[in-house]
Amino acid sequence: MDNPLLSVRNLTLDIPVGGGTLHAVRGIDFDLKRGETLCIVGESGSGKSLTSLALMGLLGKTIKRSADEMTFDGIDLTRANARTMRSLRGARMAMIFQEPMTSLNPAYTIGDQLTEALLLHKPVGKEAARARAIELLEKVGITAAASRLSQYPHQLSGGLRQRVMIAMALMCEPELIIADEPTTALDVTIQAQILRLLYDLGREMNMAMILITHDLGVVARVADKVAVMYAGELVETGSATEVFNTPSHPYTRGLLRCIPLPGKTERGSTLGTIPGIVPSLIGDVTGCAFRTRCPHATLECRGDIPRHTSGGHAFRCIHADGKLHAEEATT
Amino acid sequence: MTPATATSPKPETAAPVLELRGVTKTYRVKQGLFGKARPLTAVNDVSISLPRGEVLGLVGESGCGKSTLAKILLGLESPTAGQVLVDGQEIGAQDRMTLARRIQPIFQDPYSSLNPRKSIFDIVSLPLRVHRIGDAASWDKEVRKILDIVGLPARVMNTFPSQMSGGQRQRVAIARALIMKPEIVICDEPTSALDVSVQSQILNLLGDLRREFGLTYLFISHDLAVVEHLATRVAVMYLGRIVEEAEVGGLFDHARHPYTQALLKSVLTPEPGLGVPDTQLGMAYPNPIDPPSGCHFHPRCPKATEFCKATAPRALPTPLGHVECHLHDPTGPMFIGKEG
Repeated sequence: MDNPLLSVRNLTLDIPVGGGTLHAVRGIDFDLKRGETLCIVGESGSGKSLTSLALMGLLGKTIKRSADEMTFDGIDLTRANARTMRSLRGARMAMIFQEPMTSLNPAYTIGDQLTEALLLHKPVGKEAARARAIELLEKVGITAAASRLSQYPHQLSGGLRQRVMIAMALMCEPELIIADEPTTALDVTIQAQILRLLYDLGREMNMAMILITHDLGVVARVADKVAVMYAGELVETGSATEVFNTPSHPYTRGLLRCIPLPGKTERGSTLGTIPGIVPSLIGDVTGCAFRTRCPHATLECRGDIPRHTSGGHAFRCIHADGKLHAEEATT
Repeated sequence: MTPATATSPKPETAAPVLELRGVTKTYRVKQGLFGKARPLTAVNDVSISLPRGEVLGLVGESGCGKSTLAKILLGLESPTAGQVLVDGQEIGAQDRMTLARRIQPIFQDPYSSLNPRKSIFDIVSLPLRVHRIGDAASWDKEVRKILDIVGLPARVMNTFPSQMSGGQRQRVAIARALIMKPEIVICDEPTSALDVSVQSQILNLLGDLRREFGLTYLFISHDLAVVEHLATRVAVMYLGRIVEEAEVGGLFDHARHPYTQALLKSVLTPEPGLGVPDTQLGMAYPNPIDPPSGCHFHPRCPKATEFCKATAPRALPTPLGHVECHLHDPTGPMFIGKEG
């Protein structure tokens, strides 16, 4: 029962670029059980979106993917051929993309787009597919669902389109949903509603979910597990409580200091920053990629970085406590 | 309606640098190819007064009229009714050039708001050249000075926007806005396209510049945590109306309007274990062409009654602002009493 639905070991993505190789994702590991939500948090360019595309088998041809293990419910995704991937995508694993404005086809009606995957993967008739589409549109909170089926994407607002995307991902009752910044383009009130909806549906259907975001507030509220990604590596992983209550990697703490906390951060005070920029991942990357921006960096950071674990909480740093206590002492 | 003017801590700054009196903007929108044009009121009788050096945070959902209001202030749209006054002078009476010296914008997307074919020097010095201030030698000096102020090295002058990161581009946009030494800066979602670590740098910079140059900001954002951090006053907009306006502490600690309360509830702070809040708002943002009767907010309001459906609320003064809600009208049937 406790077998993970998805297991990833040492997933590496290399992109050949003029004059070298860009190591976009550098050996990441994670497991996901049914009903669990994993949030991958990181800044642009950290490799989080590429990771999700790699799982779905949607990478561009030039990107080289390698992994010691990448299994979905016992199916080896590293060896799966195009046909196997097609039978999984949309049916058993589905993706919700970031841009509701561009990821729907403007030339087809909402109804056509919603029922396409179901008609393709399941032995159902058009009427049954239509009924299922209406049921799901209602579930995601769209009023007058039946009349929406004949509408085109341009007739819907951004919030509605994003809900259509979610309904579409749910059509075949997938076991895994990957949502890449599903609420970034939306208003805060709609964001809360959509996240609640995803969370409730995940529980109800016992779906596993990977949520990719840069919003730490979203992560804290919906994640069972958190993975903090920096420069193609998972620098800290653990339960949401562990990562937010004892953020052990200096980068995790840096991120948390950057956002104003209502009621905690003094209004108008200077916010924390992370100086410097993300290093280039072209060519060999050695040691800790965060050392150029880290206040605790030493010469040792250029060498091998040990991984500290306690229970489910893990982080990579040469300092045994990630210098958490040193920072606590000064603040 | 007369929202109480903010009582500023310093008496010499009491005169508002920016004042809106009953500003209304109505567009005529055609529905369908042969449909009749119908009025759409994007901004509906808005009155705000903003003392010098303050930051007014303007929040609301997309489509509520925030950006139309910003366009009116920049002189890109003229109001259908009402007046906008800068330093007591109506802006309709001033020409675009004069207005541009006093009010400057910073836009959301630093990727599309900078001309990719112009060097950073050209972009930042353009306002000086348009306004024919100084000569080539002084432009160079001024650009160096302003780049230093926004935290960019002088060597970026000869680079192009494509060679810069998002945070650097937003610094260029800020430099371009500030080189004319404006009094008011309209910031339209200035950090929402940026990563969190870059966002905090830009917010710190905006805060420092305000203190150093006594700037006044209109800060439009959908991120309430950011607004709470930077703003001194906050106005909440719904379907073209300012439904609540107050000093920042008052608004965040004692939100009066049910819509403000729902907005505050939907802020996701990074605290694990709290789950996703239920805002109790209906899903549907109403169509501004066909606004609901009575109080525009009633179809989504958890506290709405038949009275709200029929009667539009009036603006009621609160200690440091105003609110438009029947729950706070002591002469109305729904008054919930004085609260703390």
